[in-house]
Amino acid sequence: MRYASLFWEYIKNYAKTRLTYRADFWIEVISDLLFQGMNLIFILIVFQHTASLGGWSELEVVFVYGFFMIPYGIFGTLFSIWNFSERYIVKGEMDRVLTRPAHSLFQVLFENVDPPSLIGSFVGAGIMAYCWAQMGLPFSVMDLVMLFLFIIGAVLIYAGLYTALNAISFYSDAPTGIVPLMYNIQNYGRYPVNIYNKIIRFMLTWLLPFAFVGVIPASYFLEQKTDDISKLALLTPVMGLIVFGLGLAFWNHGVKRYRGAGS
Amino acid sequence: MMSAYVDFIRIRFLMMLAYRVNYYSGIIIYAINIGAYYFLWQAIYGSQDTLAGFTVPQMTTYIAVSWMARAFYFNNLDREIANEIRDGSVAVQLIRPYNYLFVKMMQGFGEGLFRLLLFMVPGLFIVCLIFPVSLPTDPKVWLIYLVMLFFSFLINSQINILTGLFAFFVENNEGMMRMKRVMVDLFSGVVVPIAFFPGWLSGIMEWLPFQAITYLPSSFFTGRTPLEEAGSVMLLQLFWFLLLLIPIWLTWRAARKRLFVQGG
Repeated sequence: MRYASLFWEYIKNYAKTRLTYRADFWIEVISDLLFQGMNLIFILIVFQHTASLGGWSELEVVFVYGFFMIPYGIFGTLFSIWNFSERYIVKGEMDRVLTRPAHSLFQVLFENVDPPSLIGSFVGAGIMAYCWAQMGLPFSVMDLVMLFLFIIGAVLIYAGLYTALNAISFYSDAPTGIVPLMYNIQNYGRYPVNIYNKIIRFMLTWLLPFAFVGVIPASYFLEQKTDDISKLALLTPVMGLIVFGLGLAFWNHGVKRYRGAGS
Repeated sequence: MMSAYVDFIRIRFLMMLAYRVNYYSGIIIYAINIGAYYFLWQAIYGSQDTLAGFTVPQMTTYIAVSWMARAFYFNNLDREIANEIRDGSVAVQLIRPYNYLFVKMMQGFGEGLFRLLLFMVPGLFIVCLIFPVSLPTDPKVWLIYLVMLFFSFLINSQINILTGLFAFFVENNEGMMRMKRVMVDLFSGVVVPIAFFPGWLSGIMEWLPFQAITYLPSSFFTGRTPLEEAGSVMLLQLFWFLLLLIPIWLTWRAARKRLFVQGG
């Protein structure tokens, strides 16, 4: 409850700072959407040259893409900490965070909250609904419940992975630069995993489980494929809890090691 | 005076060398990127031998060399410039007796040299071991490609500088920088060669500088563009390099007049 009211205070603060730079807000929203649109263009271009991608049709791949955007938008809103290592470790702002009673991760995240990213989620939901109707898939209330669970699971997977990645900064002095590189890898979870070889498929499913934020949960709603990854879909929330638990533990352990490098 | 600028190259190179461990993980991640796109394209080709004029082996080589070229020409000049504008340290840079943008370019080149020697070369070697990449045998092709690669770096850095300078006009150009990154990756042809674009889009691309960064050099390297046409490709790159100097100069002139330092 205390965290909810804190959260509200952070949001109010965010709104105040943002209103000073009004033009930026819209530039950010538009560039965010274009950014997402670029990835969609790739899919559309590819399907001009082939009818199916490893047995998946264009509508199905776009459907997966739509699903992918929903948790990604939520994640983008809550985890906008791209400069964590530089700002909090190198410049030492972590000291300030640690003197306060609320959990350090919570504070770091909400100091950087970025609501415009959420618009991507709505666009994604729209794309998904459009494909759903086009393919004439059956729809029930149960689907909505599952969708909700999958989204939470997917957000937790992102949250866990990026918490862990940012926590690396507690252990290594040099800025690692690994976070932007991870950015590309997460996109591969949008495509049918069966097209990759065993190593990459294993990596995307179990090591950096980005398949669980895209193609696996989305396949639950689609027609069954020969290799049927939709059975794994129900694991999404479980994976979310495990990954987030590990990420948080890694973070907490890192905070204990933190010595305060800045001045 | 020139020696001062050369020193900027040297200093940045040495600075990058101090953080070289980061780039070992970079090589692995680029190898994964190439791998993912390799399989993605295998699935797209399916049973077809040629798509948009690319054979399967050509496509494999294209992906490998394009990503590795990106490993070389990529830099964060846009972010560096935007940060210096935002935290106000650009004011100090402006009173120093050198050309700020030229210094940035030199620093970018120092980083590029490092990336070429410790990232692109070993990376390409490793990728050739894993994937069926066929490298050209004619040393002339390698030499010409190296020149084209240098232009890739110049044009990409110019676009970065231009994006970074926008921080003078909007206080937060984070979104623009992110958008620019995706645009360059897509339109330069790293993720999908421009020949695959639908007619109207590839028509637009011919009028934009992005294709000169990756698509044209990589097409030449894979042998899709014959040796005789190499001259016109380099000419086009030179043209874009010169043309991009104009908006940079104009923005820079307008920006210096507008500069107000926030805090400090």
